[in-house]
Amino acid sequence: MSVRSTITSQFQQVAVEQERTLAPLADELKLVQSGLDSLSFAIIVARLEDSLGIDPFSAAVAVDFPVTFGDFVRLYENFGK
Amino acid sequence: MASDGLSLWESISLRGVPAGRLQGPGAAIALADLARGSALGGRLEELRGRSVLVAARDQLTAALALIELDGVARRMVLCTPDLATQHLPGVIRDAEVDASVYDAHSVPEARVGVAVSAQPQLEGAQAPRRASLRSEWILLTSGTTGAPKLVLHTLASLIAVLATEAPPAAPLTWSTFYDIRRYGGLQIFLRALHAGSLVLSDPGEEVGDFLTRAGRAGITHISGTPSHWRKALMSGVTARINPEYVRLSGEIPDQAVLDGLHAAYPQAILAHAFASTEAGVAFEVRDGRAGFPEELVGAPHAQVELRVQDETLQIRSPGTATRYLGADAPVLKGTDGFVDTGDRIEARAGRYYFMGRRGGVINVGGQKVHPEEVEAVINAHPAVRMSLVKARRNPITGAVVTAEVVLKDPAAAPDSATVVREVTESCKRALAAHKVPAMIRVVPSLEVSASGKLVRPNA
Repeated sequence: MSVRSTITSQFQQVAVEQERTLAPLADELKLVQSGLDSLSFAIIVARLEDSLGIDPFSAAVAVDFPVTFGDFVRLYENFGK
Repeated sequence: MASDGLSLWESISLRGVPAGRLQGPGAAIALADLARGSALGGRLEELRGRSVLVAARDQLTAALALIELDGVARRMVLCTPDLATQHLPGVIRDAEVDASVYDAHSVPEARVGVAVSAQPQLEGAQAPRRASLRSEWILLTSGTTGAPKLVLHTLASLIAVLATEAPPAAPLTWSTFYDIRRYGGLQIFLRALHAGSLVLSDPGEEVGDFLTRAGRAGITHISGTPSHWRKALMSGVTARINPEYVRLSGEIPDQAVLDGLHAAYPQAILAHAFASTEAGVAFEVRDGRAGFPEELVGAPHAQVELRVQDETLQIRSPGTATRYLGADAPVLKGTDGFVDTGDRIEARAGRYYFMGRRGGVINVGGQKVHPEEVEAVINAHPAVRMSLVKARRNPITGAVVTAEVVLKDPAAAPDSATVVREVTESCKRALAAHKVPAMIRVVPSLEVSASGKLVRPNA
């Protein structure tokens, strides 16, 4: 699975578990409008660390906090490059 | 700023009628109007000398009630908005509550004598308020069983750190993501009353809408937990305010959130404070780096004394709470006056860093989770023999809750996936969302110590 599809399926799964209505995942979707709360994002980031083996938020170098879904995907795709 | 024996109202009007405002999402109150007006429908005198449950749900209403009640009520019990009704009888008993203040969003407490209705607006000219006693402020904080612990403060202990600071040259406008019924929010409430104005948050409001409102009110100072601030950063709404001072407290900030806020507000003073309901405010660090300078520990003649015992931070200061209320309440501070924070710290290269909580208490976005409470729910599942709930570090909420589960009879039990699903469902039914394990793993065994106790990791 690509990084993008792994992320997409985690968003969908956590939305179901947290009983939240997920907005359609387009690159320009603002995370604040995704329907997910902080706890949902926390769970997504933890699960992605398990499945992708990386946590770009805790990297040694400063990260720009992602604002859109596209930012979020790129943060993972570009990690370590 | 003098506080000795003064009531809150006397303290904030010491230098003349206060000029600031309290601003909720729907209404705003000029503090000056509180000199004679009342949010309690002119019934303040009925509450004199009583132990008052402040159960008004609306923050502005509760704020007005607290200002009026200090110096009049014997006790004010600050109900947090998430206090579960099942815990109310215990709170009422332990705090010897004999009156309550409620609003349109809460119900009058039938178990107590006097119930007074409050509203987020002021009514008519009552006689000037008369302070006759030093009120006790009772704050609720989470306990291991899920029932809250009742922490006794006085106005003097709540504003101890504040009282040593010079009043600001020009009025400030504060805001906070916190609810003012929690220690972190109450600190900002009391600061703001002494310094100018306060813009209150609202639990139902999107972070962007709140910051827009705060920006329009021209806030100069604002506080929140690292989790609040990460949410603001990830919402792309930080530009809606232009603060001079940004404060983080309630959780341990990592370097990423400090860097993110510095980039968003390069002109602002970026401060992170360490405080707890029991220990009070310990310190504020303004260098934008995670952790705190080593020299704060053991500093001679400091108002707030810090020491490390068994790798754990302990604090003694005029800002610590007095004691817990209740017949079987634990001891809040040692005979030498130090409060054990339960936070483990470690020195590296001249700086102390936080290493997690002793006893495994988990901080999820500023909200404490006691592993035992979650384990009790998991262990109630018929197929589960035992479980271990612990923290997993997380860059969004500081930590998330995870669980390891041992099955009674792996051969006879339904498959692991079914047990995990059922355990998750029962946790969701019984616990607040932040307490539900984000991950549950079925493991063959858990380590048990020679004394028969589950071995808990330290962080």
